Amino acid sequence: MILEVDNVTKKFGGLIALNKVSFSVEKEEILGIIGPNGAGKTTLFNVICGVYHPIEGKIVFKDKDITRWAPFKIARLGVARTHQVVKPMNDLTTKENVMVGACFGKEHMGLEEAEKIADEVLSYVGLEDKAEILAGKLNVPEKKRLELARALASKPELLLLDEVLAGLNPSEVSDMLEVMKNIRKSGVTIMMIEHLMQAIMNISDRVIVLDYGVKIAEGRPDEVANDPKVIEAYLGNPELAVELLKEGRNDSS
Amino acid sequence: MKIKVDISLAWILILLIIFSLLPFLTGNVTLREEMFLILMCITLATSLNLLLGYTGYVSFGHIVYYGIGGYVAFALMYFYNVHLVPAIIAGGMSSAVIAYVFGQAILKLRGAYFAIATIGINEAIKALFNNLEAFGGATGLYFNFKIYNQYGGAENAIWLSYWLMAASAILVIAVNWYVKKSKFGLGLMAIREDEDVAYVLGVDTRKYKSLAYMLSAFFPGIVGGIFFFKNGNIEPGHAFHLVKSIEMIFMVMLGGFGTVTGPFVGALTYERIRGILLVSPIFKDLHIAISGIILLAIILFAPAGIVGYIRDKIPRIRRFVE
Repeated sequence: MILEVDNVTKKFGGLIALNKVSFSVEKEEILGIIGPNGAGKTTLFNVICGVYHPIEGKIVFKDKDITRWAPFKIARLGVARTHQVVKPMNDLTTKENVMVGACFGKEHMGLEEAEKIADEVLSYVGLEDKAEILAGKLNVPEKKRLELARALASKPELLLLDEVLAGLNPSEVSDMLEVMKNIRKSGVTIMMIEHLMQAIMNISDRVIVLDYGVKIAEGRPDEVANDPKVIEAYLGNPELAVELLKEGRNDSS
Repeated sequence: MKIKVDISLAWILILLIIFSLLPFLTGNVTLREEMFLILMCITLATSLNLLLGYTGYVSFGHIVYYGIGGYVAFALMYFYNVHLVPAIIAGGMSSAVIAYVFGQAILKLRGAYFAIATIGINEAIKALFNNLEAFGGATGLYFNFKIYNQYGGAENAIWLSYWLMAASAILVIAVNWYVKKSKFGLGLMAIREDEDVAYVLGVDTRKYKSLAYMLSAFFPGIVGGIFFFKNGNIEPGHAFHLVKSIEMIFMVMLGGFGTVTGPFVGALTYERIRGILLVSPIFKDLHIAISGIILLAIILFAPAGIVGYIRDKIPRIRRFVE
């Protein structure tokens, strides 16, 4: 077990963004996180990274209680993330962006080594010919890949991917999924938030479903997809939903 | 640690050394006075660049560290007859230490709030010195002429302060270059671009901002010590003059923030513009107004400043102009 989230609650004013959420992540698995908009998925990432501190509960990473740690310390311990809304450092080049990840991440390497790693990672995500361009001038899919490259360059053990597939076309999605599989093969544990059901069901070992800050289901992708609670969260009335599903099956048979 | 020297640093240092030697070689005293002011502007602008250009924090009241350094050095010389060199180093150190203390409080603020807080600090310190009778209150302190005797007379003392100013200009430019080329500099620029992202990527933003703030306060402290030694008197109105602060920002923006050459070019250009305007009978009261218009034009049409603009237009020279 690499990460354990235990009974975590986070409030924003009166809004409960996360309500007693508990789960654990095994080493080298891909854990998918799904849920309707506003379910608390990104907040969960922010709590793990230390951007927000939970008001209750604890987070244990590699047997260390990191609940109230500052984000930069958590990053140095080996957690890296990408942002849902891409956040490139516009006036630095693509390579410099990635070097920031390498320099200040887990390995805490020097500039020269960071440059080497940056070149490697950039060619890994297919941005090698954009290395000297200012990051602000990349297009959106390229910026998404830059987010990933920056996170990878820090040599993380746990990678949090926040909707890296959103806005990509089908061939870009399948490229990206290949990249993720390779990342996992190299020994990195991945947690990913995704709205693209087909993709997440395909790649995840396990899936967690959040709704209004509560974990409503957890399990293998196929189990979760047939869970009435999950269907309710997405579609509303569960009985109606189940009926609709049955009709669907009857029609197809 | 391996010390690298690159052509982009070498040419600017050689140029600076040649400029600094000119008054000595020609024996021209007027030129020396002009160069003294130019070197002072270069040092102030370049030290501000560490904070404004690399870290992205706009300090509107940065002149406070010039004043503090000036007062500390002046008081050491005035009361304890300390030699100029240790006195200005003490002045620089005091500025850095005080910057650390203020930094803990105000570096949590961002954008305009930080800028306003820095103005507040400058005004508060000015009011404090206005009321500190030990430092002469609002009229300040005046050297007895005899103090220059230990340097071999006033003339030699002026030359000494000139050489020290040249040395600090060279030093601050070298520091600026090394910071830009270092991991520390990369971390600062990450903070400038997006502080939250930098924090999540593992940059210890509080420590880095604090260090940048201290470093950018250290050199103005030294400059203040040299200037007021040469000046022979120090008073709060001169030491904490807000217009000088704005001039510092102007020089950095004019030349190009976040570059090594930029503050140098900006300070040189600004001092020349100011020199011409001040002696011209038509414009002599308008130099601040004209500077304001130029600043507006830069922000609107060439936000990266002179050096930034050139670097953008002629990519070939980028390797030589940092």
